[in-house]
Amino acid sequence: MSSSTVEYQKKELPAKVKTVGMTLLLVGLVLVVLGYIVNPTRTAYNNIIGFTFLASIGVGSLFFVAIEYLAGAVWSTPFRRVGEFLSSLIIILPILFIPLLLNMNNVFHWTHPAPADKILVDKAPYLNVNFFIIRVVVFWLLWLVFYYFITKNSGKQDHTKDQLLTKKNIKISALFMPVFALTISFTAIDWLMSLAPHWFSTIFGVYYFSGTVLTALAAATIFIIPLSERGYLVKGIHTDSYYSLGALLFAFTNFWAYIAFSQFLLIWYANLPEETIWFLARWEGNWKFVSIGLLVVHFLIPYIGLLSQPSKMNPKRLLIIASVILFAHYYDLYWLTMPNFSKGEVAFGWIELGFPIMIAGLIILVFIYRTKKENLVPIGDPKLKRGIDFRL
Amino acid sequence: MSEKILYSFSAIFDSPDQVSHAAEKVVELGYTKFDVHSPYPLHGMDSAMKLPPSKLGYVALVFGLSGMIGTLLSLWWVSAIDYPIVIGGKPLFSFPAYIPIVFEITVLSASIATVLAMLFVFFKLPNNSHPLHGTEYMKKVSSDKYGISIQAEDPKFDEASVRKLFESLQAREIYSIYWDNEELTHKHKIFEPKFITFLFVVAIISSGTAYFTLNKLMYMIPFNWMMDQPKQSAQQKSLVFSDGFGMRQPVAGTVARGFMPYEFKGQPDVAGEKLVNPIPISKESLKLGQVKFDIYCSPCHGYHAEGDSRLRGQFPNPPSLHSEKVRSWSDGRIFAVLTEGQNIMPSYATQLSVDERWAVINYLRVLQRALNAKETDLQ
Repeated sequence: MSSSTVEYQKKELPAKVKTVGMTLLLVGLVLVVLGYIVNPTRTAYNNIIGFTFLASIGVGSLFFVAIEYLAGAVWSTPFRRVGEFLSSLIIILPILFIPLLLNMNNVFHWTHPAPADKILVDKAPYLNVNFFIIRVVVFWLLWLVFYYFITKNSGKQDHTKDQLLTKKNIKISALFMPVFALTISFTAIDWLMSLAPHWFSTIFGVYYFSGTVLTALAAATIFIIPLSERGYLVKGIHTDSYYSLGALLFAFTNFWAYIAFSQFLLIWYANLPEETIWFLARWEGNWKFVSIGLLVVHFLIPYIGLLSQPSKMNPKRLLIIASVILFAHYYDLYWLTMPNFSKGEVAFGWIELGFPIMIAGLIILVFIYRTKKENLVPIGDPKLKRGIDFRL
Repeated sequence: MSEKILYSFSAIFDSPDQVSHAAEKVVELGYTKFDVHSPYPLHGMDSAMKLPPSKLGYVALVFGLSGMIGTLLSLWWVSAIDYPIVIGGKPLFSFPAYIPIVFEITVLSASIATVLAMLFVFFKLPNNSHPLHGTEYMKKVSSDKYGISIQAEDPKFDEASVRKLFESLQAREIYSIYWDNEELTHKHKIFEPKFITFLFVVAIISSGTAYFTLNKLMYMIPFNWMMDQPKQSAQQKSLVFSDGFGMRQPVAGTVARGFMPYEFKGQPDVAGEKLVNPIPISKESLKLGQVKFDIYCSPCHGYHAEGDSRLRGQFPNPPSLHSEKVRSWSDGRIFAVLTEGQNIMPSYATQLSVDERWAVINYLRVLQRALNAKETDLQ
């Protein structure tokens, strides 16, 4: 508390991490390519899970950075670079959506509706291949623009220490909020809800949003804690800052459960066949156990694990729960997607493993790439000192 | 005045940093009964005072859980055991429907219990006789100064050493605070045995009277006469009928008062043959007919029944009622149209009573005659 200047000495990440990332990426890539050769349809479904998962972390992290600027939060300032690095995953999103755009006919049956299918014919002005591709590309470009300006200003501040850059970023962040809300909702509708195009749920965009923010927080936590504990970030960060991460994770776990249950309750109560069919597909055969597992892994474990105050400040415990949450979001996307591919029978094999392994490798490599060029802490940010001194 | 009893030594500091440094020092020297006072909550004070984590969370947990379990049990007992009714085709114990209720009551009981426990168990409020009340020290620490107060009860307390400690910490002022003798000796009238006995007597008499009146007196002759009625109540089992149902269907052919059943549903032509207009033409009937015609018929058919209303062109055009067809219809045939509707015209049976429908027909006859007068009308 006594020193008035920030001591930051940049340390390179160990080379071992890069090897791990490289291995994961290669193994995953081989599995994915093999999958596309052996069973393109099934792999394309997995590709949707992979794309939405990576979009969750990338765009969600940018949201996390923007919300820090908007709220004027100080506790998260020492950790902001982690969020910025993770949001650079936006750049590599095309790696995952271009193979999908080439395989659209395999997964989206609205691309070739039967003429007698009145619902799909009526939805055709929105759900058609051209407009779909336009939306995907426009959303990606929008994210990219906001990503570019926010991280550019933040990086510049390390050298110039210009406080006006913070003000500029606050304005950009304010613009990003409505863009984020709309793009993330329509991404959910386009990629996930349109897998069952006869079905609809008005809360679906919020459902994906809750998972997005939760995952971005969990991913940031998984990077922040080891980095901070091993001294890659600045000195003097107290466990009280971890508490804020834990509290946010806890809050969004509850938010996800609230939204998921709201969606379920209304459909269960009204009991209309055209709505219940979606939940029925996730309750038939052994999908039933996957549905119950979702409740356990996405709500019960994080809820009980984060309920008490000490557990939010214990780095080891927080790291475990954050990993569970990250896994739970992938599990959630699997639960949303795969019942459309295989009805009544859980589909799980080596094809399902390809994308998670590849994505883990991608995240690690992108993160390392960004750390080489930039400081791991925004040393020019005027809020940094207060952020380090943050106490509950 | 007798000797005053010392409560504490209290020191005033100028800045939050000083007082938290002082708190650290006090803990270090092994004092346990002390407290820090500041005008607003100080960040980091908990760790400076080495306070253990608050136990308040456990109160919230226990009361939240008991609220949750209690609500679930009562919902289950009410809707599956005591009064089982199938609602909306759901099972008797339908868990998803209970979650919102269980959630709300869990939050409610946890939050109320937390606030009450905080105020009355942890803060020990109301505590009007606390010796720090009204002291110069308290006035300062509740406006712009920071204070620390070591109690005389502390096993390590020693006037000289505490004073020395405060001086070494550069306290601005040091106060010795005494118990108020009057407060210590004061006996609250509310705790006198006489008053407590009186409260007990009042409670027993009033609750006993209420119990006796409501649960015993009402079941004694003659107060129970109103209760003792040999009638069948709704949903009660019947001993008279062999199927055991107390609520019976009416006898076949029963007609409600003031209501005539319409026998020609779907058979307008039969109605035209068999129905006879029971309302003779009179000034009153025609007046009523005009009022009702203008309200219900004219929006489509027009005030003169020529089909020339303002709706013309917006819907399939309403027909003129002066056509040969309508003029040659019997009153009963028109009545069938009013009662059941025809093409896009809906039924007017709910808007127009039977008598009003006949009156409208009488008035329509006048309109028709006006446009198609016979020569005899001129004579």
